[in-house]
Amino acid sequence: MAGVIAVLEQRDGVLKRVSHEALTAARSLADALGGEAHALIMGPAGMDAGEVGTYGAEKAFVTADDALTLYQADHYAHIAAGRVQAGDYAAVIVPATALGKDLAPRIAAKLACPLASDVTSVTHDGAIVVTRPVYAGKANYTLKITAQPCVISLRPNAVMPAEAKRDAALEQVPAAGGDKAATARTLAVKQPERAAQDVAEASVVVAGGRGLKDAESFKLIEDLAEAVGGAVGASRAVVDAGWRSHAEQVGQTGKVVSPNLYFAIGISGAIQHLAGIRTAKTIVAINKDPDAPIFKVADYGIVGDLFAIVPRLTEEINRAKEG
Amino acid sequence: MKIAVCIKRVPDSEARIKVGADGKSIDESGVKFVLNPYDEYAVEEALRLKEAAGAGDVVVVCVGPEAAQETIRTALAMGADTGVLLRANAVGLDPLPVAQALAAELKDGGYDLVLCGKMAIDDSSHSVGPMVAELLGLPCVSAATHLEIADGAGKAEREVEGGVEVVEFALPAVITADKGLNEPRYPALRGIMMAKKKPLETKDAALEAGDIEVVNLTPPAERKAGRIVGEGPDAVPALVEALRNEAKVL
Repeated sequence: MAGVIAVLEQRDGVLKRVSHEALTAARSLADALGGEAHALIMGPAGMDAGEVGTYGAEKAFVTADDALTLYQADHYAHIAAGRVQAGDYAAVIVPATALGKDLAPRIAAKLACPLASDVTSVTHDGAIVVTRPVYAGKANYTLKITAQPCVISLRPNAVMPAEAKRDAALEQVPAAGGDKAATARTLAVKQPERAAQDVAEASVVVAGGRGLKDAESFKLIEDLAEAVGGAVGASRAVVDAGWRSHAEQVGQTGKVVSPNLYFAIGISGAIQHLAGIRTAKTIVAINKDPDAPIFKVADYGIVGDLFAIVPRLTEEINRAKEG
Repeated sequence: MKIAVCIKRVPDSEARIKVGADGKSIDESGVKFVLNPYDEYAVEEALRLKEAAGAGDVVVVCVGPEAAQETIRTALAMGADTGVLLRANAVGLDPLPVAQALAAELKDGGYDLVLCGKMAIDDSSHSVGPMVAELLGLPCVSAATHLEIADGAGKAEREVEGGVEVVEFALPAVITADKGLNEPRYPALRGIMMAKKKPLETKDAALEAGDIEVVNLTPPAERKAGRIVGEGPDAVPALVEALRNEAKVL
């Protein structure tokens, strides 16, 4: 029976959590198909891929070469498409990260096969069926994929990693061989001065809006984010005002997020923002206007002056951690 | 420089989305359609490159219904030179046929650069640009927030989780634009008047059907109404208590 292959993502040779999620989705789809779950890992020489068996892969193809430490689109796509063609796969699952959103369409184009992007569920019902939020979450498509193989990119945080121990056979595959000269080359990844979690991947997001009144006041948001171990998010209004970078923007023209806990602070809740946080598990709103639309979607709200409430909240959470 | 910009007609980001009577598509009545916001960055970047070079040609290409002529006119009003509508009344959920139609149109056009938005805000597929690049055998940088072009080569930056990738590439190339690449201009009245006279070619896209079928389109589950824990800083302990013991998220 045709199986499923997950193309995993590493950073500095360590698999990211989204890779565990992709493996979990691959395992569950492979079970439904009655096939095997495989993994493809591309990264630096000497990287450790041993944990793939923990999440249910029977086999892992490892291409470990220092030329692949950073994401090299042409090279990665060439290796991945070749691997899929060499096996018998019904589906290729890729995390829908910055890397995966770039890689998935390249693989699909090389294989001339269908692609479903940024899906939140993958099941099998005679054919592979996926759920895709569209219009930034204002509606959901249920789609049936009618050709094999197909490529599926999986939204981060949509599938909980589940352990399903297998003795994964690791097969080292050299990077060289039949590779066309790379026409684009990633030179470096510039790191920000302060290492920050990404808003789309974080399990807790603390987002601020126009209610903060100026860029400096975002210190309150940063302090709370640090206390809860979360990422900083921002509304479109404050990104457009230049207070925060676009990388932090949550909403239809920013990132759609699915954290366990989302704080909306000084954010009134425009339609395009609410669309982007709809799949958050718990939403907390802090706003001075009791009629703000954000309170209609929030699980918990506090009405009042954020400049008084947020420092108190940070203090209370820090105290709770110590106690 | 000859630059192509691939654009799409999409519902405005503030539009309320309702499921249509067929249960498989949106109800378009009362929905305002606009030029996809990410494509505005692509159009703007093309215009800036042309202006910096002092000469060039910016061609806008769109796969969409007849009504997308209006979307192309928006890009022409910003300053693009000509437009091509690849007419398709129904565009499915499989991005490959759209990429194939665009690649076929662009293949022999002699373009130095193809620009796209990083994604369309309707189906958020984030796929067509890199697919077009693969089909044309060109280098591609997706979701660029910074772009430099000089002497037949380029360098772009793209935001990734926790950093910024720096990528160099040779022309011709495909670049998809993210917010932050530039500030798109508003079409001036003169531009809008001139756009009416600019060439706009229309032909059938002859899209393949694709291999993705819509089972249904449904509104998202309504969030259960929550509760106001209280007012002002005195409500904080009750909130922390609820987050720890009720929602169990702290």
